[in-house]
Amino acid sequence: MISLTHYLVLGAVLFCISMAGIFLNRKNLIVLLMAIELMLLAVNINFIAFSHFLGDYSGQIFVFFILTVAAAESAIGLAILIVLFRNRRTINVMNIDTLKG
Amino acid sequence: MEFTHPNFYAAMPEIFVLAMACIILVVDVFLSDRNRVVTYLMALATLFGAAVLTLTLHSSPTGVTFDGMFISDAMGDLLKMFIYVVTATVFLYSREYLAARGLLRGEFFVLGLFGLLGMMVMVSAYSMLTLYLGLELMSLALYAMVALNRDSVASSEAAMKYFVLGALASGLLLYGMSMLYGATGTLSIGGLSERITQGTSNDPVLLFGLVFIIVGLAFKLGAVPFHMWIPDVYHGAPTSMTLYISSAPKIAAFAITIRLVADGLGGLHMHWQEMMIILSMLSITVGNVIALAQTNIKRMLAYSTISHIGFMLLGILTGTVAGYSAAMFYILVYTLMTLGGFGMIILLSRSGFEADRLEDFKGLNERSPWFAFMMLIIMFSTAGVPPTVGFYAKLAVLRAVVDIDMVWLAVFAVLFSVIGAAYYLRVVKYMYFEKADDTAPLAASLDMRAVMSLNGIVVLALGVFPGFLMKLCADVLG
Repeated sequence: MISLTHYLVLGAVLFCISMAGIFLNRKNLIVLLMAIELMLLAVNINFIAFSHFLGDYSGQIFVFFILTVAAAESAIGLAILIVLFRNRRTINVMNIDTLKG
Repeated sequence: MEFTHPNFYAAMPEIFVLAMACIILVVDVFLSDRNRVVTYLMALATLFGAAVLTLTLHSSPTGVTFDGMFISDAMGDLLKMFIYVVTATVFLYSREYLAARGLLRGEFFVLGLFGLLGMMVMVSAYSMLTLYLGLELMSLALYAMVALNRDSVASSEAAMKYFVLGALASGLLLYGMSMLYGATGTLSIGGLSERITQGTSNDPVLLFGLVFIIVGLAFKLGAVPFHMWIPDVYHGAPTSMTLYISSAPKIAAFAITIRLVADGLGGLHMHWQEMMIILSMLSITVGNVIALAQTNIKRMLAYSTISHIGFMLLGILTGTVAGYSAAMFYILVYTLMTLGGFGMIILLSRSGFEADRLEDFKGLNERSPWFAFMMLIIMFSTAGVPPTVGFYAKLAVLRAVVDIDMVWLAVFAVLFSVIGAAYYLRVVKYMYFEKADDTAPLAASLDMRAVMSLNGIVVLALGVFPGFLMKLCADVLG
């Protein structure tokens, strides 16, 4: 039998992977966007698991909204990525360093 | 299951802003660049209409509608009125700046209005769902605004940094929300506070969620150690976008902090108080000390923002009504000062010249004694020198901190704001005691000059008569 704890551990593991992806990734900005999506999916798993075990539907409704917002968010993220690429000709995280002080 | 109609009147200002933003988006498509002023005027009219609606519907008492998702109360009304005024000032300051750089497109105003709508939803959110949706609506509009200058390397880089860290902050906040939902079984803020006071307040899941909520909010507010995006974004974004990001969203962020942490999680006060003490001490220290080393005035004001956020958190961490109203007074006053500071950079800039280095303020007194005086007032106010309003804002917060017997914290804050005064006074020194490198007359138009003067005068006048606004802040929370 799969218990609530199993789902929460899965959510936490996904969340940690996405955090590692954001902070350790030094190469590609697209990987960063993927890590952000993964973070939202980890949250979704939490919400659905809680919603199921609490017998309350509002958590599942929240997940629909998160999915929609995540789509809008990645659209804007990719648009900014294209603007950045046109200006810099690179999407390497290491090269995003003109602003300093 | 029964369906009841929500009370649409409570959300009338939001509905109006949404409708107008959509209309402006369509109207703008049919306008040529010469007639772009129509978009601008319509955006200002929208803000005016929303203010009128908020004022006329104000009489209704605190009401929760949309199935407990939306609250209309006195605090929300006051914060919304301020957000309208601040946004209108941002539009007024920005028009010429954007026109000189070929950025005066409808997108700026439409995104500005959608951002405003997000802030209004945040201010009135009474459920974690609406709170998150408002936050995202605001953030997505702001990310796009920062990237609006498509040919600038600095802007696109700033937009990317803002996007990644903003999305990370939302993710952390959401993870915290999912934990709170799991621990209490409700998304409503009222329900949250009810179930926490009923007993389970030592639940580890709840505390785990609280940590994520505080970290997410600290990211959005820009408190140290989650501040790294603020200087880069303020520096890289076009000045009129910086003006917008640094002013109105802070009011909305204050509102969600009060709603979620003070109202919803009030029962866990002793736990979040410790976290906020650390955040505010670090913010005041790092903000004030690193600002000393800056040569770019936009970066300097960014670090100054960080230290102001630290002061605002001092008010919230007291957990008393006096503390909340002091924090509210502080954040409202802060937005007036930040509008003045960044507005002055816009006033001095012209096509091909950004006026964003400290040296660009050299000899301003010779070029324009009046605006040098306005900048003097604003700098004194941010430093907290009486009789400007910044002094009373700091005083109110410190009094609230002393009232909960944390004198050491108040002394610490005062010490670092004295250190901070040094860099504000450096600007004053440049303006009054150095020769101007650049003696070109100021290019700003009459409306820009008028609003800038009004901004400076309000900062001074509120300093002489702070009682009215202070009482208003205390009343709406009391």
